[in-house]
Amino acid sequence: MAKTTPAATPVVVTARTVRELLGRRLGHSIAVSGPADELLVTLTAAELVPAVEELRALGARHIMLLGRERHGIERHGLLRRGVRRTTGLAVEEVLAIPAGPIVRVGVELPAGAIGDAAGTDAAATYPGTAAGTAPAPAATYPSLTPLIPAAQWDEREAHDLYGILPAGHPDLRPLAVHDPTVPYRHFVAHGDGVYQLPVGPIHAGVIEPGHFRFSAVGESILHLDARLFYTHRGLERLVEGRSFDAALAVVERSCGVCTVTHATAFSRAVERLTETDIQPRARMARVLLAELERLYNHVGDLGNICAGVGFHFGTSRLGWHKEELLRLNEGLTGHRFLTGMVTPGGLRRDLDERGLAGLDASVAELDHQVRSVVRQLVRSGSFMARLHGTGVLGAAEARRLGALGVAARASGLSGDLRRDRPADGYGELDVPLTIASAGDVAARFHVRAQEAAVSVALIREVLRRLPDGPVGVPLRREAEPGTSTVVGAEGPRGASWIWLMAGPGGTVERVHLRSASFANWPVLAGVVPGNLVPDFPLINKSFELCYACTDR
Amino acid sequence: MPLDILRRLLTPILDPVPTSRYPSEPPLLQAATRGLPEVDLTACRQDAACIEICPTAAIEQVADDRAADAGAAASAGRSPEWSVDAGKCIFCGACALACPNAAIRMSSRVELASADRAALVERGGPSESAAAAERLRSSIAGRFGRSLHVRHLDAGSCNGCDWEIAALLNPYHDLQRLGIDFVASPRHADLLLVTGVMTANLAEAVRRTYEAMPEPRLVVAVGACAISGGVFAGAPGCGDGVAASLPVDVFVPGCPPRPEALIEGMLTAIETRRAGARAGASTGQDGLRGRARTGSVEW
Repeated sequence: MAKTTPAATPVVVTARTVRELLGRRLGHSIAVSGPADELLVTLTAAELVPAVEELRALGARHIMLLGRERHGIERHGLLRRGVRRTTGLAVEEVLAIPAGPIVRVGVELPAGAIGDAAGTDAAATYPGTAAGTAPAPAATYPSLTPLIPAAQWDEREAHDLYGILPAGHPDLRPLAVHDPTVPYRHFVAHGDGVYQLPVGPIHAGVIEPGHFRFSAVGESILHLDARLFYTHRGLERLVEGRSFDAALAVVERSCGVCTVTHATAFSRAVERLTETDIQPRARMARVLLAELERLYNHVGDLGNICAGVGFHFGTSRLGWHKEELLRLNEGLTGHRFLTGMVTPGGLRRDLDERGLAGLDASVAELDHQVRSVVRQLVRSGSFMARLHGTGVLGAAEARRLGALGVAARASGLSGDLRRDRPADGYGELDVPLTIASAGDVAARFHVRAQEAAVSVALIREVLRRLPDGPVGVPLRREAEPGTSTVVGAEGPRGASWIWLMAGPGGTVERVHLRSASFANWPVLAGVVPGNLVPDFPLINKSFELCYACTDR
Repeated sequence: MPLDILRRLLTPILDPVPTSRYPSEPPLLQAATRGLPEVDLTACRQDAACIEICPTAAIEQVADDRAADAGAAASAGRSPEWSVDAGKCIFCGACALACPNAAIRMSSRVELASADRAALVERGGPSESAAAAERLRSSIAGRFGRSLHVRHLDAGSCNGCDWEIAALLNPYHDLQRLGIDFVASPRHADLLLVTGVMTANLAEAVRRTYEAMPEPRLVVAVGACAISGGVFAGAPGCGDGVAASLPVDVFVPGCPPRPEALIEGMLTAIETRRAGARAGASTGQDGLRGRARTGSVEW
């Protein structure tokens, strides 16, 4: 059943479909709640795996799995103010059915059911810090990783941060929390002539920290074990109990170069919970900002692929054009990386008139320049020779490991939230799909170059259509405490998702960021074996993954 | 094809040089650029809307002795008890939007580096440090005959500062024109450019990177996170900036600091060290914070 491609045979999946399907499999009636495009099912731990199996047969794809604490809201006093009280733990698997709803399968776990898992107090969860966290004792459920390999990091993270034990998980090494007192067990290859090459966490260039342990024979990589989360700050914990506005500043900066993506996903989640509709100008302006973000990232990333080859002409020229794009951003928004604009209810401030005035001409000229550089690069045989056949990600592997964004589209997968689940102004625009099938660095290079051109076209189209009017509206009502939603936004690195639950008084009860990079990192580690050690930086740059929003 | 080749050969002659002349010339800012917030004390009604909305608690009400000097406010019968910490500010402009009296505006001040953490806290209207940046710029321009080798170190940033550091190497900012360059190993570095909040997971790597540097060594804390924790201050997996772990010579505010501000920060570090070394030589003591071993440290 899993082989049916949803695009070819669209199945209309409704709450009723899910209720009947799961009811049949589990042998009792199932309550399905939530709006038509976001179905919520609560099951027991033992029912999780069979339920997810059934949903996968409908074509559902894994988005995220998260752990959380369950809090009861007790009402006290004359004003009936809500007070949070921890009552247990929960995990939730979020799946998306192509051309159908998002299905969230929640499992409520008692606090302290079975307990041999990691941290049960703050000091154990965040060693070496005066942590303000207090994860409840361990609870357990059957791991989804054997069924969905893409869920492996999600489950490790929930294990680290909430002490929730995914029974049967093949690799429960610590992910988010590095305890310096416990030696880390690297997975390495053994054999004649196999040596280990440790790289990082501090790298030679101006890049973020991560440790890569290569097992290699000569120059060929047999295995790569990546250890990340060096920049783990614990920002999801930090914003719990904060107002949406205060949380936005943190969520927006979870990654410094995907600020619009994260701020938009978060804002739309808040707007869903408060039933707020935003103004037409804000809807279009969000598209403009998102495409400007994609454009400067893609242009810079094309330049970085040149850096991975050591071809400085491309690095230099495209670095120059990226700088020009950052200046356009600043002229339009006051910030080179577009922060401080998107907010729940629309935009925080209108686009700057002076920045808007020359934008169309500037973007058109830059498009011309970038195309010219790309043409010259593609004509350079020695450059393209390094790109072709390097870091190949096959379509089946991409699907199995849950690849996203450029990496997925360069391997023949068609996912793009701008088309699949259009929000804001995207519903009114035609977003052409850029797709390649080779799955190598060259394919990712081409997809990026074409997507940059598409972004230029979208920017110019939005500028033609941008309606006048206000950009911000107040939230329509306060979010009901305990309600939650999952919202995604397509960023330069792929689909980033926000899981948000409201607490009392318009605050954040729990927020979880599943960034595109988080999903793509394990994919990258799977692509590298079989390639040469010196090609790793090139493959890495062709995926262009961010550490900060992975580690959070 | 021959035309194409001809055009490419002529490109360096016909195209204008894109490279910035900073610090000889001021940074190229846009009209919309958000610099440090400035308060108009005559318009301030002290309703504290800015203090409430600031996501990093950068704005504070203070009982200020210097308040009396602010003549305009005093004559209006109010005491301007207001300060903004450039080391915490993320330049989001929420304060300016929240102020019901339009007393706050986002200035175009982006050159804010200082060797003194306390000096980043600005009180009332525009302070003398704006003029200091101007002085520094004119004094430093053209002084480079030697080289400064820089090592970038991410201590848990959002990647924003790091991309701005990377932008220093593009043809616009072209850092090498100032005799400054990045090196791959801390063993070759004179200056450590540290970004990020200082996460627990990086504590060991950061310590060892610093220890690998030869003396004398300079540390520049880049961005609100490295100075104060920024928006992540108080998060369970990290500290509030790098000053608790490393001896910081210069703080560079910004979220992220733009490339010109980074250049200013590095130049300030050199100036500070030079001044410290001179003072050390004349008094027979070690230079800045006792870590410069000789009085002849020069870059």
